[in-house]
Amino acid sequence: MLHGPFIVLSSFAYLGLLFAIAYYADQRADAGRPVIASPYVYSLSLAVYATAWTFYGSVGRAASDGVGFLPIYIGPTLMIALWWIVVRKMLRISKQNRITSLADFVASRYGKSALLGGLVTVIAVIGILPYISLQLKAISSSYSILVQYPEITMPSAQAAGLTIWSDTAFWVAMILAAFTIAFGTRHLDAAEHHQGMVAAIAFESLVKLLAFLAVGIFVTFGLYNGFGDLFGRAAADPKLAAMLTPFEGVAGSYATWVWLTILSMLAILFLPRQFQVAVIENLDEKHLNKAIWLFPLYMLAINIFVLPIAFGGLLRFPQGVDADTFVLTLPMAEKQELLALLVFIGGLSAATGMVIVETIALSTMVCNDLVMPVLLRMKRLRLNEQPDLTGLLLGIRRGAIVVILVLGYVYFKAAGEAYALVSIGLISFAAVAQFAPAVLGGIFWKGGTRLGALCGLSAGFLVWLYTLLLPALARSDWLPAGFLENGPFGIALLRPLALFGLSGLDQITHAMVWSMIANVGGYVGVSLVASPSADEHRQASLFVDVFRHTGESGGARFWRGTAAMPELYSLLARFTGVESADEAFRSYAAERGVTWPKQALLADAALVHFVEMQLAGAIGAASARVMVASVVKEEALTLEEVREILDEASQVVVYSHRLEQKSRELEAATAELRAANERLTELDRLKDDFVSTVTHELRTPLTSIRAFTQILYEDPDIEREQRMKFLGIITKETERLTRLINQVLDLAKIESGRAEWHESRVDMGEVIADTVTGMSQVFEERCIEVDLALPASMPPVRADVDRLIQVMLNLLSNAAKFCQPGTGRVRVSAADMDGYVRVDVRDNGPGIAPEEQALIFDKFRQGGDTLTAKPHGSGLGLHISKQIVEHFGGRMWVESTPGAGACFSFLLPIDRTAKGRGLVALPMAP
Amino acid sequence: MSRRVLVADDEPNIVTALEFVLRRAGYEVAVASTGEEALRQLEAQVPDLVLLDVMMPELSGYDVCRRIRERPEWRAIKVVMLSARGREPETRQGMEAGADLYVVKPFSNAELLCRIAALLR
Repeated sequence: MLHGPFIVLSSFAYLGLLFAIAYYADQRADAGRPVIASPYVYSLSLAVYATAWTFYGSVGRAASDGVGFLPIYIGPTLMIALWWIVVRKMLRISKQNRITSLADFVASRYGKSALLGGLVTVIAVIGILPYISLQLKAISSSYSILVQYPEITMPSAQAAGLTIWSDTAFWVAMILAAFTIAFGTRHLDAAEHHQGMVAAIAFESLVKLLAFLAVGIFVTFGLYNGFGDLFGRAAADPKLAAMLTPFEGVAGSYATWVWLTILSMLAILFLPRQFQVAVIENLDEKHLNKAIWLFPLYMLAINIFVLPIAFGGLLRFPQGVDADTFVLTLPMAEKQELLALLVFIGGLSAATGMVIVETIALSTMVCNDLVMPVLLRMKRLRLNEQPDLTGLLLGIRRGAIVVILVLGYVYFKAAGEAYALVSIGLISFAAVAQFAPAVLGGIFWKGGTRLGALCGLSAGFLVWLYTLLLPALARSDWLPAGFLENGPFGIALLRPLALFGLSGLDQITHAMVWSMIANVGGYVGVSLVASPSADEHRQASLFVDVFRHTGESGGARFWRGTAAMPELYSLLARFTGVESADEAFRSYAAERGVTWPKQALLADAALVHFVEMQLAGAIGAASARVMVASVVKEEALTLEEVREILDEASQVVVYSHRLEQKSRELEAATAELRAANERLTELDRLKDDFVSTVTHELRTPLTSIRAFTQILYEDPDIEREQRMKFLGIITKETERLTRLINQVLDLAKIESGRAEWHESRVDMGEVIADTVTGMSQVFEERCIEVDLALPASMPPVRADVDRLIQVMLNLLSNAAKFCQPGTGRVRVSAADMDGYVRVDVRDNGPGIAPEEQALIFDKFRQGGDTLTAKPHGSGLGLHISKQIVEHFGGRMWVESTPGAGACFSFLLPIDRTAKGRGLVALPMAP
Repeated sequence: MSRRVLVADDEPNIVTALEFVLRRAGYEVAVASTGEEALRQLEAQVPDLVLLDVMMPELSGYDVCRRIRERPEWRAIKVVMLSARGREPETRQGMEAGADLYVVKPFSNAELLCRIAALLR
């Protein structure tokens, strides 16, 4: 089954599927229903980080270094934690300035410098070539191995003597170029997002993960009995066992781990393809929230089976099989044709994903930051007079894609064979790491200048060339071997692998140490010395303070001059096409409530800035600046003026902060007033209720008294017996009235603080005994049994004895009132507990519902609906009792189960001034 | 034939007084101490007039009055509300419930009798 044509056919079928996905996504995007507007698609597209290097190379690295493959994945996982700070800012900046690539980003930050953009482009292209060649190598060698099935032969043994036309790698490069052109250069405006491409990349991320997991599961659970079995066998082999400890054996291992981690932290930000998917293609800042945990999860998933496959391969093939191919050769050796084909497709996914995004990103950079600035400066070409340049722009990008892939192929032929996959990739990582000082410095430090960035980048790049790229070429015999051994011209101090005598480090660590010293040193040093121009000052402020400048109008504040509407329009039409230009002008006009082109647009600073931003989206910031400058007459702002504008802006920010602060304070004050007003209204309502309730309570006995008095007065002939009865009622009602009036007055005194308290040491036991005796007649009349449980002696409390009697009388009469005559039982008990005297009055009456227990101590509250439930007493007794107990530092509460009686309890603190009878141990100073 | 009056109040002393006063004035008197009981009395025998205290347990005087106005055969009954709450919102509520008269406690026996006689004329 696995013969050449079938494999090729499968590959094309797969690429066709990708294209269909991309086409569908583009259609949906045009219809305004983007499929990629999802944090999951965004996270999967970030996984373009995992290339053929991950797919094949991690196992290769693990087979030689054990867990040494991990830093490449630990780095991004650490970095993603900082994304909220770094990438969110880059996103915001890129959206506001319509950034099209990393080169554009750097150029734009440092005063829209074309030179800097060009330098970044050159570094990126040269730096990424090894990485692209790695993908070509992976695809072609995996094809060469797979086509030999069932034999397992390493490609290096049979690759010699091929002409270019029979070389798989060349054809792979050309097919990928065609495919990338189809994917990436259908639209012109890079800021318009390549939605189809992103959808295809996200799909590829799924395919490569599934393929890798399939092999991992096959090896771990198919060939062996799970992780335990596999690792057990590896540990039994002394050579393999050593690999499980990360820092053993190799000199400088710690430094290697640290540097690889740092390198990959920077790579996840600055690889052109990562910048493309993470920043340029992002549709919504909020997608970052999910990506922050989804992406590390993906990294974890694709790394779980690396060590098992490496060990499986080492155990299966003692020698002669390149560890980079284990993923493919293990299924082949086990005659799993389908799995082997899936692996090949997975590897193809990983490689094509990387190549497509990387070359699209690079071609945009080459076009916008390298070729266009040069072409636009060549007056002979008369580009300014061409009506439509969109075709030219697309042509340049397509040409760049082909050239980049051809160069990748050339690098593969020149140096690719000498290194393992991972080593090739790391050379590229080290190259893009050079962007870190200029970019990170650029978004967090306003002091970074164009000259500083130029110096830092150049110096870092030169060191990289010298310590990493030249040795790679020398190893492949393109340079004399003595160059590595003895240094150029025999100067040992300049040996590329041990610069200035720094030896003992591995090649990458060595290169990173020197290039970063040169880069950061140059950037910071020169920036501090060289003063920035007005342009740089403005851009620095727009970038570093991006969260303070809102909307695209941020940049318009810095422009002053005269412009003509028709020229601005034709300029935009020339680079983006008439259709896009019309669309852009219409939407600009609509935002300002103008119907363009019926009504004229004012060619003011805002419009000029708008056109420049639109152009930047097509040809990059630096070229856009040049082009706009060619059609408008701008009055250059001096550095002083830019500073003034910035100061004004920051003043406005300060004022608006103060205003916000003030309005917050006002709001708080208003809320307080409202709350106070509500409290007062509530108090007023309570007072009204109180008065109304008291009136009602007074009127009820008065009604009886008046009615009976009238009866007796008008009718002297009433029988004696009846007269006595009526007089009895009048007396009772008079007493009730008196009691109520006394309690209301009493309460008023207590609440206003005018009550008189005669404090003395009181024996609570005596109070209880006295009141129970005093009430005994009432209990006897109602046939209620009273039960007294008092300890032999009680500690004294400090209180007003008359008030305590009042409390006890109230509780006892309540109990008597609610008990059923005949079967009623009241139990009064007291105890000394924890510094308090506790008194309980328990009855076996109807009890109190739980929701009423909390209200029962309120004024006139005896539970139930006040409209229908006529109070049985004044409704003040319990309230006053509670006030009294609390006045003496105690507490009163009720416990009750409806139907099973109620128990009113209170605590009073023991009198600590008591002498000689102190039952509580007092903490006395010695 | 003497007129029949139903007195409903949960204050027993007030019921006693009203019962005595009304009997002496020649009315036939039935008494109730809750709203429910008042309704039961109404079912048993329809009076010519009802004296209703507003604040009674369970069913209030307003509720009883509304029930009376709902039944066609009870429409003709005159209703006098008695209440210790005499502010404007409460008297209005009583009238809205369908009372013919709202008397605030305490009241004069003679005046109450005059009003009742006037209602029953």
